[in-house]
Amino acid sequence: MRIILNNNPEEFEQELLTVNELLKVKTFTFRMLVVKINGTLVKKDEYDSALIRDKDDVMVLHLVSGG
Amino acid sequence: MTSEEIKEKLKNRTAGIAGCGGLGSNCAVALARVGIGTLILTDFDVISESNLNRQYYFLSQVGEPKALALKRVIHQINPAVSVIAYEVKLDPEHILRYFKDCDIIVEAFDMAEEKEMLIETVLSAFPDKPLIVGVGLAGWGMNESIHYRRSGNLHICGDEKTGISSVDPPLAPRVGMVANMQANVALEILLG
Repeated sequence: MRIILNNNPEEFEQELLTVNELLKVKTFTFRMLVVKINGTLVKKDEYDSALIRDKDDVMVLHLVSGG
Repeated sequence: MTSEEIKEKLKNRTAGIAGCGGLGSNCAVALARVGIGTLILTDFDVISESNLNRQYYFLSQVGEPKALALKRVIHQINPAVSVIAYEVKLDPEHILRYFKDCDIIVEAFDMAEEKEMLIETVLSAFPDKPLIVGVGLAGWGMNESIHYRRSGNLHICGDEKTGISSVDPPLAPRVGMVANMQANVALEILLG
């Protein structure tokens, strides 16, 4: 499938990915993060169930401290 | 738009500032200078001398609660701004209560955990409200790494990677850059 990940086109072999699978494939090991699929917030307890499909627009924001 | 037209347009607009440290104090002052109508400031902390390397306070204010001290600073710059200051550690319930009538919300917390909590709360409760977050501002140099991107109503300013540590402290230049980027995004939204 082809998706938009953080405003960039990306291609994956899989036709479907859960949020946790996407984080694993991308080797994102962020402790604090916010995920949106097509503009809607995905809550933490949905990372194993929320599905990413072809043409989805996904945002993964990694939060670091400092302010 | 002239400066006067900008002030006229901003005078009925309200910005919520979550945290009055390096990001929040500098962002609030920038918005006050251009004539924002109302600022809602929240912070639980008091000013320490070590904050003065980046936060918009003065030696004479050390020991004062940040939200109240920032209100006084703003009124020395622009007394026309209506400032509501809360000395509070924001939890989801406070966020809903204090920021529900804001036109925009500026995330200016220090800790990643708090940033995550605020973003999740605002995106769930106020999906239509613009939220401007500051992520990744520690250290010095690396001008080219600081950027802006947007996902719907979530606006992100910072380098999105450099967290604070003992060898990457937060310092006035990069903190001020990100804080003023947040104010600049706020202005762009509020001026339509």
